[in-house]
Amino acid sequence: MTDSVALTALTVNGVEHKVDAAADTPLLYVLRDHLGLKGTRFGCGLGQCGACHVLVDGRAVTSCDLPLWATAGRSVTTVEGLGAAGAPHPLRQAFTDEQAAQCGYCLSGILVTAAALLADNPGAGEDEVRAALDRNLCRCGSHNRIVRAVLRAGEAAR
Amino acid sequence: MTQIDRQAQPANPPASPAEPTGPAGIPASLVANPGLSRWLRVDPDGTVAVRTGKVEIGQGILTALAQIAAEELDVDPARIRMVPADTADGPDEGLTAGSMSIQRSGAALRHACAQARALLLDTAARRLGVPADRFTVSDGAIALDGAVRTDYWTLAGDAEVGAGGLFDVEFDPAVPAKSPADYRVVGTALPRLDIPDKVSGRPRFVSDLTLPGLVYGRVVRPPSPAAWLSTVDADPVRSRPGVLAVVCQGSFLGVLAEREAVAVTAAAALREAARWETPATLPDQTGLTDFLTSAPSETAVTGERVDAAAAARAVRTVSATYHKPFLAHASIGPSCAVACWRDDGVLAVWTHSQGIFGLRAALARVLDLPAERIVLHHAEGPGSYGHNGADDAAFDAVLLARAVPGRPVMVQWSRQDEHAWEPYGPAATVRLSAGLDADDRVVSWRADVWSNGHSNRPSRGAAPGAVSRLLAAGLLTPGRRDPTPVAADVPMASGGGTGRNAIPCYDFADYRLVSHVLTVMPLRTSSLRALGATANVFAIESFMDELAAAAGVDPVEFRLAHLVDPRSAAVVQAAARLGGWGSPVGGDSRGRGFGFARYKNTGAYCAVVAEVEATHEVRVRRLTVVADVGLAVNPDGVANQFEGGAIQATSWAVREQVRFDRTRITSEDWETYPILRFSEVPAVDVEVIQRLDEPSLGAGEAAAGPTVAAIANAVAAALGVRIRDLPLTPENILATLDRTGT
Repeated sequence: MTDSVALTALTVNGVEHKVDAAADTPLLYVLRDHLGLKGTRFGCGLGQCGACHVLVDGRAVTSCDLPLWATAGRSVTTVEGLGAAGAPHPLRQAFTDEQAAQCGYCLSGILVTAAALLADNPGAGEDEVRAALDRNLCRCGSHNRIVRAVLRAGEAAR
Repeated sequence: MTQIDRQAQPANPPASPAEPTGPAGIPASLVANPGLSRWLRVDPDGTVAVRTGKVEIGQGILTALAQIAAEELDVDPARIRMVPADTADGPDEGLTAGSMSIQRSGAALRHACAQARALLLDTAARRLGVPADRFTVSDGAIALDGAVRTDYWTLAGDAEVGAGGLFDVEFDPAVPAKSPADYRVVGTALPRLDIPDKVSGRPRFVSDLTLPGLVYGRVVRPPSPAAWLSTVDADPVRSRPGVLAVVCQGSFLGVLAEREAVAVTAAAALREAARWETPATLPDQTGLTDFLTSAPSETAVTGERVDAAAAARAVRTVSATYHKPFLAHASIGPSCAVACWRDDGVLAVWTHSQGIFGLRAALARVLDLPAERIVLHHAEGPGSYGHNGADDAAFDAVLLARAVPGRPVMVQWSRQDEHAWEPYGPAATVRLSAGLDADDRVVSWRADVWSNGHSNRPSRGAAPGAVSRLLAAGLLTPGRRDPTPVAADVPMASGGGTGRNAIPCYDFADYRLVSHVLTVMPLRTSSLRALGATANVFAIESFMDELAAAAGVDPVEFRLAHLVDPRSAAVVQAAARLGGWGSPVGGDSRGRGFGFARYKNTGAYCAVVAEVEATHEVRVRRLTVVADVGLAVNPDGVANQFEGGAIQATSWAVREQVRFDRTRITSEDWETYPILRFSEVPAVDVEVIQRLDEPSLGAGEAAAGPTVAAIANAVAAALGVRIRDLPLTPENILATLDRTGT
């Protein structure tokens, strides 16, 4: 990281922010520390586990190794921003209906990955859901409930 | 879920534990915390604040305990607020471990809430001049002859009663709890209380805490378990913009910064600047069984039943040796803690420890502070599956926070910290031999288990004169690394560690179990979900299949022939039926396997049928899990625990092992310690046998051993070759094939 600091403009959950942080600060810390959005979680810092997934212009990416400069002028959506005001994303209800969690630490990243998948392919079948979620790790063994929840949300969205 | 007709239930076997109780049948947690106001408070706003000493680690315990409280109080569960545990006001219930929370905290809350209800009704009776037994209660509304006369919230708001005054009494064992026949909330699948936050990304975890003045700390850990710091030039790091302090105490090295990202990069720079001595102290990973069986150890007979006449009927003896590697908890979120040396002289710590009172005692000892000057607040963490880095991260935060008195310091471990520095589930070697009589019945059984101990919790280092078990404590002396305290073993009376489930669940007339617990500790070990039960059930259930094969009997039939306990037989039969036992598996490289155990011999019953495909690697296709936990307070919560436990155990069985060379841990992230991914997990069907009249048994750990065993047996069926070394990787399978010449 360089010590040079300049304001970087990016849009997070529809709100434009000018962030005062080094240009190579990982987006994860900008979200959690500078913007106070704690829903995106630190899992590995290595881009391996998906706990920190956010949408950047609609694509699910790891935020722990994404430098702030690469998000300049882009639209970032975090787990807090899924769905619209008064209209929560169908994934939220589906995960509740399926009780698709144990500790829930991995869920934010999984919800983001699933939202990107369903936006792209609301009719995704089980194999496609599993393939999409292979970028996310879950240690509690909630995988099958999570897959059922994503399929249920896809049905609700259709 | 299966509902067992009450009359048709088999008798409770004598070995079945009741709820853990103290004198006169009082729940042990109430003996330790007899004041009712420690457990609950009824508030005028229409809610009930319930305190428990048990903590949420993803197992859903808070929801199940809220159900018990709501049931006994006759209020809607939505009115129950589960207050996070803390050492200032909450009950001390020791550790959240060993699948004991429903038994212990559930029993305490059941009786405390029943008494609270009685006290509220007595108060109403005095006010209204009506005998208390004429009232009925519905959601806190107290009615007489169908007409509501008052309610809990009104009574709680009364000045005479309020402020906890009514509950400022000691537990009264004479007040009866509800009969299970009257349950309306307990036994139902109430949705988890914590899931709405977790599906919305709301702050929930210790790492999400926002406190005024919070700053961020990172620890620079040594490159290997035995390393110590030789030199470091910290000045360039200290002068970096945004860095508040560099802490260097012996080999404990860390940095504090106003911004988290600055702390991360400063720690990286500090790591670059540090030079370490790195002695080679680790065993040869390729010869772990040799290491375990030849290292210094304490040998003890941990279980024995003698019937020399039966043993003498043996006409042949079969022996086999099994091995399990070191396993990591590998929590999805690395450990995290916040500490603040407050201006009033109190040290405050926020932690996801599984035992906040034990950690407080350990901190008091290592800091030489009175415990009253330390307050621990539990905040949720990611799933821990046993003793991981949570306690150690708390001590790290305490040490770093000294540099900035009055400011809270959050220490977040890195992924590499967590993988390389958490205390591992110990490797084990299990040697079994059995004598079969002329009818192919097992008439004698011998087990030898070699392993490090399973108990290295910080409370063990809290006694006067004891060596601290907190990780950083061994780094504080300049110029050396203090030896890692050797893990103790859990006594068999507490379920055992190395010996957990080493006593077979079968009716063997003559058995002898010998534990060899290592007295050296090259790799730090402690409690990982199921402790020694994973290795022992894997070994026993593999061996049962080998004995069945030697006898020419179907493995399930062989088990049933040796089971006398009807609840054990019931789960075995149900799993065989639901798992399609005896039907064709389909495909050359496919196999089906069976595994069964009663956890700790006194806990939950679990039987598993696994279907695998063994081609270039082992793929587990399907698991059928049948569980009997007595009264399932929340059947979906129980199913979730068994399903999760089975999937985690699948990952252990086919993939996981901590890797190391002679100096360093080389499993330090998800690429070097891979776990199962979404496209690799098996389908899992869980059947929970509901037994309303039987005491509840913990659900969290019972699936592990039977799942690993069922998979190993399925692999043996698929390959026609027995693999006795975990994990069931291509590497270990090929090694076995080479050795056996197949």
